[in-house]
Amino acid sequence: MSNSGIIEHKVKRGIHPPLFALWAAMASIVMMFGSLTSAYIVRQAAGNWLEFRMPDIFFYSTITILISSVTLHTSYWAFRNGRKNLYRLFLPVTLILGIAFVVMQYQGWQALYDIGVALDGNPGGSFFYLISGVHAAHVVGGLFALIVAAIYAFTLPYNYTEKRRRRFQLVLHYWHFVDILWVYLFLFLLIQ
Amino acid sequence: MSSSQQQETDVLINEQGYDDHFHEHHHGDKYQSNFITHYIFSQDHKIIARQFLVTGIFWAIIGASMSIIFRLQLGFPDDSMAWLKPILGKWITINDAGHGALNPEFYYALVTMHGTIIVFFVLTAGLSGTFANLLIPYQLGARDMASPFLNMLSYWFFFLASVVMFISLFLSTGPFAGGWTAYPPLSALPEASSGSGAGMTLWLVSLTFFVVSVLLGGINYVTTVLNLRTKGMNLWRMPLTVWALLVTAILGILSFPVLVSGFFLLIFDRGMGTSFYLSEIFVNGAAMQNVGGSPILYQHLFWFLGHPEVYIIILPAMGLTSEVLSVHARKPIFGYKAMVYSILAIGFLSFIVWAHHMFMSGVNPFISNFFVVFTLIIAVPSAVKVFNWISTLYKGNIRFTSAMLFAIGFVSMFISGGLTGIFLGNSAIDIQLHDTYFVVAHFHIVMGIAAFFGMFAGVYHWFPRMYGRFMNETLGRIHFWMTIVGAYAIFWPMHYMGMAGVPRRYYRFDTFDAFGHFGGLNEFITIAAIITFSAQLLFVFNFFYSIWYGKKMTTKNPWGATTLEWTTPIKAGHGNWPGKLPTVHRWAYDYSKEGADKDFIQQHLPLTDKEKAEEANH
Repeated sequence: MSNSGIIEHKVKRGIHPPLFALWAAMASIVMMFGSLTSAYIVRQAAGNWLEFRMPDIFFYSTITILISSVTLHTSYWAFRNGRKNLYRLFLPVTLILGIAFVVMQYQGWQALYDIGVALDGNPGGSFFYLISGVHAAHVVGGLFALIVAAIYAFTLPYNYTEKRRRRFQLVLHYWHFVDILWVYLFLFLLIQ
Repeated sequence: MSSSQQQETDVLINEQGYDDHFHEHHHGDKYQSNFITHYIFSQDHKIIARQFLVTGIFWAIIGASMSIIFRLQLGFPDDSMAWLKPILGKWITINDAGHGALNPEFYYALVTMHGTIIVFFVLTAGLSGTFANLLIPYQLGARDMASPFLNMLSYWFFFLASVVMFISLFLSTGPFAGGWTAYPPLSALPEASSGSGAGMTLWLVSLTFFVVSVLLGGINYVTTVLNLRTKGMNLWRMPLTVWALLVTAILGILSFPVLVSGFFLLIFDRGMGTSFYLSEIFVNGAAMQNVGGSPILYQHLFWFLGHPEVYIIILPAMGLTSEVLSVHARKPIFGYKAMVYSILAIGFLSFIVWAHHMFMSGVNPFISNFFVVFTLIIAVPSAVKVFNWISTLYKGNIRFTSAMLFAIGFVSMFISGGLTGIFLGNSAIDIQLHDTYFVVAHFHIVMGIAAFFGMFAGVYHWFPRMYGRFMNETLGRIHFWMTIVGAYAIFWPMHYMGMAGVPRRYYRFDTFDAFGHFGGLNEFITIAAIITFSAQLLFVFNFFYSIWYGKKMTTKNPWGATTLEWTTPIKAGHGNWPGKLPTVHRWAYDYSKEGADKDFIQQHLPLTDKEKAEEANH
């Protein structure tokens, strides 16, 4: 509070500044993945490209992260509506689903390696590892945010305040973002 | 401004200002508790601005010194460099006759580091880092940035990047030597050249930290501009400096991540054996295993950042120039809205012209046409801005202060360098001109010298706001005249060399029959470069001397400017305004307004009845 206190007393203009900053950061991340997938398309068009079937585990991981978004949103809804137990239940559930997603991505990479798609082989495979790996790194960032949110949920007495709602909202938006980002990447990698 | 008028300003802010209950929460300034939190790990935007500026000056001296060394090599290739041995050590090889020669590998390293340092550390961090931090909160009437903590981190990531890059200068294998653009394969294969190993690794680490710094800073600047403006400061009342810095920050947020993507692929190629950029390469006669990569892919990713990057450099300079021209010509900026739309148009166009850096890289000529057209369209908003700057000067009551001289010099440089951009933007003419000294001359004038001029204008103008003292005007004017004459003397002749096809980045030319007759010209350029460099030392002396011994600032608003930074106390604490925040009633350029008793009306002064009536009529 002492360090960030200065921003609390500013002229308010609709969107909360930290949330705005998060959206600016997400725009930045979108540009990063936009350029990676563009590079993918450009390189693919040049020929000498390895085609392979995506391992099934990536379908399951996609479903997992989709469910985790639903559980987190449920928790957020419960927090806003005074459903303390539901709020506390679904935060760790989301966390576990998030960890499961990262583990499944790792298993997916192992499955890829087993069918002969190596990181240091044809760029068609390298791109797959790189894009899903960079995405997984962003999910891990979201996991840390979820851990903080879960610690708050269990250590602080339940109390609906605007400040806590905004903090939760930051986690919520970022988590939905990495979820939607993965769905885009998954469909992109599936169709290509 | 007299002291009674100053008191009026304070009273006005106290009576009409916006009360954000600052003092109920902050009893005095608790951030200034000790030396470390006040001067080192400071979260105050004013201190962070000074940190960026001083670090930028440090890097500018290093980057410019490197250019002097390689200019000596180009101008006097047969003279002994043995006297540099104490500084450069093993990079000077002395033969039996006592003749010292610059190691060619190190020559490339100097060229590479000169580019990297000046482009990223001086003209990105040193320029927009300094002035975005200083001016965004001040001119918007904000207490500080949206997140002072992230702002502090932004500086310290830049500092970390600086340390890593500085260490790379002292590697036994030398710093990276493959050009500031770091094209593969020289950047992708550690065994490609001596600088491609540890030197390139540190280069990548340093620039990754640097991108983190730019992103943290940029997100903060955009959030602050869009969320923390004081009451009455709507977007159309913002000074052009803030508009320019806002668009600069947006460009940074959207383009630097693309560079990071390119770096990811590069890092994997270097360390993990992938082949994103590499295919069928022989090093020392041995074939590499990498197959299927494309070096052009890196160029696309690099220049998708690289082109917006030149606007990240020049837009803040444009904003500073607009403000300084208006203040010292005592006239409103001509065509304020056209200026804003031009900034936005330049920002937008900067994203769809990147391949004009790649006309000769083997991209499809039909695609080149697309990039030619959009490149040439950039001339339109640029010309609008130049027209407006000149119109602002027209019939102005011009005060030739050092700041004003540099602002006018900026316009001169921008025209000279901008016109050659129209030549280079044509893919057909580029066949002759690419990778020649014509290109070197073009970008040094338009984004090197011009950006430095904007920065100097800003430093001379806002020095009192930063340090409470003035820089010496006489030294400032000598600095200006030596720099503008010297800069033209260096870069003007390079155009002729470029048209004759003299390639850039060569170690020496006297061994080529076609270019040998440029020897005299190269000597001339080198001498001009040394003189211009010595003028910059004058600036550095003036800067540091004035911090402690300059003429003291006795009034809050010495230039008679309208913007809010000049309503704060001379020694402003963290939070900028001691009591309430000023409320804004008018745009930033009410200079020499008809019927007013002074030739400027500050933004926080309420409209008079007459002005209200006029506004109602519109």
